[in-house]
Amino acid sequence: MDSLRDKIIPVTTILAALVVVWYGFAVLLNAPFQRDLDRRAGETPGFTEFLGKTLSQPKPTLPAPHQVAQNFFENTFMRKISSNRSLVYHGWVTLSSTLLGFAFGTALGILIAVGIVHVTALDRSLMPWIIVSQTIPIIALAPMVILLLGPFNTPAIVTKALISTYLSFFPVAVGMVKGLRSPEIMHLDLMHTYNASASQTFWKLRVPASVPFLFTSMKVAIAASLVGAIVAELPTGAVAGIGAKLLIGAYHSQSIDIWAALIAGSVVALILVGMVGFAGRQVEKSMGGRPA
Amino acid sequence: MTRLGLSWQALSALVLCVGAAFGLPLFGAQPGMGAVATAEIFALIFAAIVFSAGSGFRPTSVLLLFAATHAAVWLLVSGLAGNEGTARLPYFALLAATWLLAWRTVSVLSHLRPVTAQGRTFVRLAIPLLFGVWILIIWEAIVRGAGVSAIILPPPSAIAARIVTSLPMLAADVNQTIFKSALTGYVLGGSAGFLVAILADRIAFFRRGLLPIGNMMSALPIIGVAPIMVTWFGPDWPSKAGVVVVMTFFPMLVNTVTGLTASGHMERDLMRTYASSYWQTLFKLRLPAAAPFIFNALKINSTLALIGAIVAEFFTTPVVGMGFRISTEIGLLRVDMAWAEIAVAALAGSVFYGVIALIERATTFWHPSVRGG
Repeated sequence: MDSLRDKIIPVTTILAALVVVWYGFAVLLNAPFQRDLDRRAGETPGFTEFLGKTLSQPKPTLPAPHQVAQNFFENTFMRKISSNRSLVYHGWVTLSSTLLGFAFGTALGILIAVGIVHVTALDRSLMPWIIVSQTIPIIALAPMVILLLGPFNTPAIVTKALISTYLSFFPVAVGMVKGLRSPEIMHLDLMHTYNASASQTFWKLRVPASVPFLFTSMKVAIAASLVGAIVAELPTGAVAGIGAKLLIGAYHSQSIDIWAALIAGSVVALILVGMVGFAGRQVEKSMGGRPA
Repeated sequence: MTRLGLSWQALSALVLCVGAAFGLPLFGAQPGMGAVATAEIFALIFAAIVFSAGSGFRPTSVLLLFAATHAAVWLLVSGLAGNEGTARLPYFALLAATWLLAWRTVSVLSHLRPVTAQGRTFVRLAIPLLFGVWILIIWEAIVRGAGVSAIILPPPSAIAARIVTSLPMLAADVNQTIFKSALTGYVLGGSAGFLVAILADRIAFFRRGLLPIGNMMSALPIIGVAPIMVTWFGPDWPSKAGVVVVMTFFPMLVNTVTGLTASGHMERDLMRTYASSYWQTLFKLRLPAAAPFIFNALKINSTLALIGAIVAEFFTTPVVGMGFRISTEIGLLRVDMAWAEIAVAALAGSVFYGVIALIERATTFWHPSVRGG
């Protein structure tokens, strides 16, 4: 198997090495505090005992992988989903606003791209701003969105979703403009010789040509959308969600909780990107595309 | 419509104008808009409608259309002084009419095909600029006309005034967030990513293991490491720089590794026939060939660095910094200051990106992607 030799073995080796390095750093970073504790307690533990202690502190500087894994496992599988200590619950809160925002953002991005491709004035006036917007930290606007929506009593999920929306529509708009313009002149000319109307050219040539671009930019967009949802939970002072979990962990310096929340966020991200990638492959297959 | 030579924008503007004329006055309270100024606005809009008629456009008629439209909206917005929050429907109708005429100006401009290179550059810049200016005009006119509270959305003029009056504070925040956190992290993360990429290039096993992980990392919400960095490096800028390091490391790693494979087989064979060593091949052939990829990473990272530095300050921070300022000033309902900070962040972001793009043009001028070949 080529994929075994070229991918799986190297990746697992690197990951295993990372875990070893992680343990090393956990001992190294937690040792000063542990020595301090032992001195105050008047204990002189042996080397192995000392090692064990550095890896089982309740609020370590760097929690050991097994501590994080244990916390993650307990809070994911052992708790009731409705419990507010359950990571599934927090993950779902973030995930729901991510998905809502992603759906809005993709729709908006496609709409804007269609406008840009068909209206010259829009192309010349809006496109440069969309490109510039990629270079600025638009996420700084997140607290502003929350404030602007304040008077309207919007539910928290919609506020968060709107931040995800405006983070995710830029990549989709840019990708779709590229995709809708990707048909070659030859193909456009062919449609011309068929006396195809603008909408026929759009549906039969431009849209199918843009599908691969759409899914590539949707992968970027859903990751951005998740970051938007997490960041949106910081200034709202949200009580639920992965961002809120991070913030609460930071206030109480519960490092293990922070790491577990981070892992939960990463798992959600990987699932989302994986799903978009899978949908993309399925759509391409059903459109008659061959694997490259 | 076509017989009159009027576009749909001009026609709707005309309808809006007539409607507004029947609904006068513009403002519901004293002092209101003077009769002369009101007449001038109507005259200017009618003039603009006339200038926009016809089909064959000469630069002079576009210029007249532009001037009349913007003089009208200038009068309209400057008439707001003392009348904030009392605007009536005709005011918004006139605003919509001028906006439609500005749209007409833009669409005429975008069909213009200037002969000279300067003319083309001018048109290329003028259109998006006009669009940006109109967002500000509409923002200003609606917020002040409808009397939206300044603690919800301040008008752009108030934000500009705030920027001018709090320059020292903004400078301190920029220094903290951009020069200390973002730039330090950017340089460290970029160099670390670059060095690891070289290492990965030498050891194929390492590369095969690291590349999928690096690609995967781009999808993860890395920003969440901010609270961890705070427990390690304290609340001041080193922890923010730490977040930026983690965020910028992987794009640089992945792009450099990809870029190092960009040189052709022929060229590498040529280097081999010269009996050049690994390092000679690296510095004389493969790194220059990888330059566009490395610059791509530098550009992506310039945005990521600012995002990382600003968002990390939403967690815990000393009492200075752009992210800190944005979140606290909103809490204190001094929203104009937060907007000022956002404007500065946007400006800094585009300058940062622009500088990288200029360096790229200056150093990789020979590359087909820059030459346009």
